Amino acid sequence: MENEKAILPEVQQIADAINAAVKNAGVTVSINPSPAEQHSLLLFPTKARECAQWLKAESPWQLDYLSNVSGNDWPEDAITKQTPKQPVKDAGEEPMHPCLEAVYHLYSIRQSLGPIIIRMRTENRSDKVELPSLTPIWRSAELQEREIFDLYGIHFEGHPDLRRLLMWDEFEDHPMRRDYVEPDDYDYEPTPHGDVLKKSLTQQEGTV
Amino acid sequence: MDEGLKSELQKAGIFTTTLSGLYNWGRKNSLWPLQFGLACCAIEMIATSMARYDLARFGAEVFRPSPRQADLMIVAGTVTKKMAPQVVRLYRQMPSPKYVIAMGACAISGGPFKQGYNVLKGIDRFIPVDVHIPGCPPRPEALLHSIMTLQRKITEDSLAKNREKEEQERLKSELPIPVHGAQDLEPAQNPKIWKAPAARKA
Ligand code: SF4
Repeated sequence: MENEKAILPEVQQIADAINAAVKNAGVTVSINPSPAEQHSLLLFPTKARECAQWLKAESPWQLDYLSNVSGNDWPEDAITKQTPKQPVKDAGEEPMHPCLEAVYHLYSIRQSLGPIIIRMRTENRSDKVELPSLTPIWRSAELQEREIFDLYGIHFEGHPDLRRLLMWDEFEDHPMRRDYVEPDDYDYEPTPHGDVLKKSLTQQEGTV
Repeated sequence: MDEGLKSELQKAGIFTTTLSGLYNWGRKNSLWPLQFGLACCAIEMIATSMARYDLARFGAEVFRPSPRQADLMIVAGTVTKKMAPQVVRLYRQMPSPKYVIAMGACAISGGPFKQGYNVLKGIDRFIPVDVHIPGCPPRPEALLHSIMTLQRKITEDSLAKNREKEEQERLKSELPIPVHGAQDLEPAQNPKIWKAPAARKA
């Protein structure tokens, strides 16, 4: 841990460097208040591709390896009902808007440093769910962006092959969104109780 | 034939049997499983067929890559809803008589993923299962035990032509294959062969 801290450049320093190198980049730092203190860079979607290209090819950190892409869903109540009880703040200022988020973990193999985390957020959760794909820059994003498209419904523009990955093509929802309602099909447990008992009893009454 | 007479004759070096006994003895000792695995249980199935546990002792070591040549389907692993139609299709393509072993918690009930949106809660919703093995994963001994259980079941088959049985076998090859719907499989189960067990109020 000590070691990692020593080689990790301050996230703010990276944000400043991107802002200096890419015009109108508008990169801010998203603070992680937990003990992990893994702060991340919040990219502006329209400028994200340029910033990413710079981070990979020209920046002093040479982030040549993308290890992980994950999705995040921020509906209204997940933002307001966070624990500890303050609302989640965007870059330490405005409360965050409801959105979908893609998170990329980057490393530099050449300099053995990382992870450096970048995030992008959609405008909302319903119709403006586009983000630029970073697959043209880090090829390893391809399958993981497809997975996020499948499970969260973020449309990655510029992705070479944006299809569902895990669910079948006919499926019409995004199961990892927090307001997803799963099909009602686990009706039986040997000793049902609580919600499951209620569910299985109503199901039985429905089918009889 | 009377069992006592049979053993008396055997002492005299005369071996008697019935035709169906001979027939079933041959069948039960040469089960050809379909070679496919769906998740972690398949690893245990592979272990069962290798040297240490040696499924060959029970005549079931010839794993066939084609359903047309197999008469035993070992459903080893999690059946996702995406995979379920293919499993039913493979089952339909096997020639009669055919048998199914549902191996592991996943195949019999959805197991650890029972509450998942993407996992079928037991393959018996779509195909008739002869032997269920619990466990996550079941040990190779359990799979061997299930093969022995199945063999016992086969011994009881009769060779006589039986319209009812033929009809049953025919229906097995015409089981409807579910299709992928917008939310779930359609239908989500085959009500002809599966009914939800009644839940009891606590
Ligand atoms: S029952 Fe356990 S070991 Fe078998 S497929 Fe399911 S999770 Fe894997």
